[in-house]
Amino acid sequence: MAETSVENSITPDHKGNVVSRFVWTYVFATDHKVIGLQFLFSSLIWFFVGGFLALAVRWQLAWPWSDMPIFGHMLFAESGGQMSPGFYNMLFTMHATIMIFFVIIPILAGAFGNYLIPLMVGAEDMAFPRLNMLSYWFMWPAFACIILSFFMPEYGASAGWTSYPPLSVFQGDAQSLWLLAMVFVGVSSMMGSINYLTTIIQMRAPGMTMFRMPMTVWGMFITAIMQAFALPVLTAALLMQLSDRLLMTGFFLPENIAVNNGVATSGGGQVLLWQHLFWFYSHPAVYIMILPAMGMVSDIISCFSRKPLFGYRPMVYSITAIAGLGFIVWGHHMFISGMNHTLAMSFMVSTMLIALPSGIKVFNWIGTLWGGKLQLTTPMLFCVGFVAMFVIGGLSGIVMSAPPVDIVIHDTYYIVAHLHYVLFASSVLGVLGAIYFWFPKMFGRMMNERLGKIHFFLTFVFLNGTFFPMHFLSRMPRRVADPYIYEGLKDLLPLNQFMTICAIGMGLTQLIFVANFFGSMFFGAKAGRNPWNANTLEWTTVSPPPHGNFDVQPVVRRGPYEYSHPETDSDFFPQTKTS
Amino acid sequence: MNRFWSVLFLLVPVLGIASILMAMYGVAPLESAWLPKSLSQAGDTIDQLFNGIHLLAAFILAGTVFTIGWALWRFSDRGDSDAKALYITHNTKLEITWTVIPALILVFLAFFQMKSWAENKMERPTVTVNGVSSFKPPMVMVKAKRFGWEFYYAGDDGVVETEDDIFVENLLVLPAGEEIVLQMESRDVIHSFYVPELRLKQDIVPGMTQFVWFNAREEKEVEIMCTELCGWGHYMMKADLNFVSRAQFDAWIAEQKSAYSPEFKKAVEPTASLRGSSSLYSAERLIAAQADLGFEK
Repeated sequence: MAETSVENSITPDHKGNVVSRFVWTYVFATDHKVIGLQFLFSSLIWFFVGGFLALAVRWQLAWPWSDMPIFGHMLFAESGGQMSPGFYNMLFTMHATIMIFFVIIPILAGAFGNYLIPLMVGAEDMAFPRLNMLSYWFMWPAFACIILSFFMPEYGASAGWTSYPPLSVFQGDAQSLWLLAMVFVGVSSMMGSINYLTTIIQMRAPGMTMFRMPMTVWGMFITAIMQAFALPVLTAALLMQLSDRLLMTGFFLPENIAVNNGVATSGGGQVLLWQHLFWFYSHPAVYIMILPAMGMVSDIISCFSRKPLFGYRPMVYSITAIAGLGFIVWGHHMFISGMNHTLAMSFMVSTMLIALPSGIKVFNWIGTLWGGKLQLTTPMLFCVGFVAMFVIGGLSGIVMSAPPVDIVIHDTYYIVAHLHYVLFASSVLGVLGAIYFWFPKMFGRMMNERLGKIHFFLTFVFLNGTFFPMHFLSRMPRRVADPYIYEGLKDLLPLNQFMTICAIGMGLTQLIFVANFFGSMFFGAKAGRNPWNANTLEWTTVSPPPHGNFDVQPVVRRGPYEYSHPETDSDFFPQTKTS
Repeated sequence: MNRFWSVLFLLVPVLGIASILMAMYGVAPLESAWLPKSLSQAGDTIDQLFNGIHLLAAFILAGTVFTIGWALWRFSDRGDSDAKALYITHNTKLEITWTVIPALILVFLAFFQMKSWAENKMERPTVTVNGVSSFKPPMVMVKAKRFGWEFYYAGDDGVVETEDDIFVENLLVLPAGEEIVLQMESRDVIHSFYVPELRLKQDIVPGMTQFVWFNAREEKEVEIMCTELCGWGHYMMKADLNFVSRAQFDAWIAEQKSAYSPEFKKAVEPTASLRGSSSLYSAERLIAAQADLGFEK
């Protein structure tokens, strides 16, 4: 295995002119690390697009119908820079779509999953390198569809990222492209998940038993299982909606509804069917968007506490429990939908149960910190931030899981607060921590610590300034272009303006990250093989690792968290080290 | 610098809980945030749950995030000692403790709130006539459409969806202090009927019929919001809801009856009955009829 690992048989040798070398290295890349970086870069670019859309949403909520700086006059010259209500609907729809499907899922599963799984289990590459390549290729038709959709009628999908029919069926052509894009993203994720599962099951290095795998790999493993089981349902639902739109089928349309002054439907469809199918995927998707981050955070916290991860097995079991329960809680998105009201009770119970494994994780992270020798580096700060913010997001989740309370806060800014605490304040902080942590491995150079800490401080302050007050807007409906037409909401304007100012600050703060990222890539201090003195396998090879990953086949002798082991002098004990 | 970070994390529960308490007890600058004053008994129960769960959440937030901040304060490596971190891998008793205690709390919460949910969504009011119990007939049929609300009051026959219904648009006037049942249907896409003061929200799904019920304890003017995205004009889909005394209500209904002329009715109503027929409801006709009769758009 070690002899054949350095050269991958399907990649021709890197000779020839610059163009063919570029094409073979980056377009036809089968190396999991190159594919991981491709996912990383495209996700980060989309992250900024999605962020801009969010700022435009915030602008409208703080200064409704006013001239947006720079873009207002570019886009809406005829109305004096004032955005249209339809444009506002497009903004939040595309913000959510891009952030969920083009940023968080691809960056967690695509970028970190690809980059880390083979390195952490001691494999030379993924089990199916060309399938891996194809899974990134499938992102590009999705990108093309979404970019094109901005130029189709209604200028971007505007039925919400949940795309509830009948509204979505009667939207302009942008909606069809949106559906196509989601199909491509889903197929990409499915190919990735099959690859991850096979790699983790089949290609672990000698000695790497399942219970010696780092939590990152466990997170990716469970996530891949969820994707493999839930995505086919979403894909089917997307194709059904597409055929409702294009082939005049009626999966989701009841009879006798009239939209746009006279579209009759022959009926036979069920509106709620879409919601069941959609949330059957999209609730597990919530865990797809956080379990890998939880895994990475566990590894980083243990490393910088110089202490074993507290309760490794309970951590594995709780991830598994979250994933299992994640499949039977989708109905909590539908308490108010008109779904059978007795059914709401059972979904309430399963939803509350999810608080248990989530709580176990939080308590174990705190247990890991306790009694450690904490090194508050940038990645550590982001990960501790993750834990603290996840507590807030989890607790508001318990509030919402109570159906009577959900009557009030469903579809209001309380929900927006909750989901941003889980997806932004948790997942994205975890992702940023992971970037700071594995950047030395990816590019062979360290990121600047001072800039990193400023980035963390400002992000942390501004994100709480933006999202915490949203909890108090539990009477302000979401997705409303101008809430102040309601007399009862007029007094919320100052709070909204405060949140927008914080959001703009948070957006500007990310520029520090961009500067640090690209600056460090070229001018950062050289990182050795193991700059953080971590235990897991990826730190035993050179930074960045060559094609084929390891110069010697790693043999695993112990678990990944043997920090400060009493039998060694140093405070870390790499998985491969002979004692 | 380590102390700085632990203070930053310690501030999270301090500010978080302070703001939750400010919103709950109406202290500036959050005095007007969160929920408006409840108008109904059912709403009070929901408020108790809302506040109770938030207090519980605030307590857990304080416990966990304070521990995190304290751990950063106490266990940060200040480079002044060669001692290694504690080598602790797990503690089964602790794991069981922090699984079982939250589980008990959640089981209690789950059972505790079921009654309120049932009262709000499952126990539709009934009337008993001659010993036979049946559902209380709805007083108003609500038809949601892009982007407005149509209200059809039951006429003299006390039944909605009959010839003598009284039609009012974007204004719902109801008597305070009485249990009222509304029947709701959608003409086109999904809408949602939200009255924050009543703690009442229900999606209105095309092809389905929903019922809501409430009992407002005082005379008050509030607003009905649409809380399900229904298209470009979603933001302006609002209606006024006025709770008045029974006498005022009767007078108002009588007034509507006389204003509700046969010509208007003929112009607005679809050519065939909506249910069970393939004919179209024409929004254009409705708009034209309103324009003819001098209604505002």
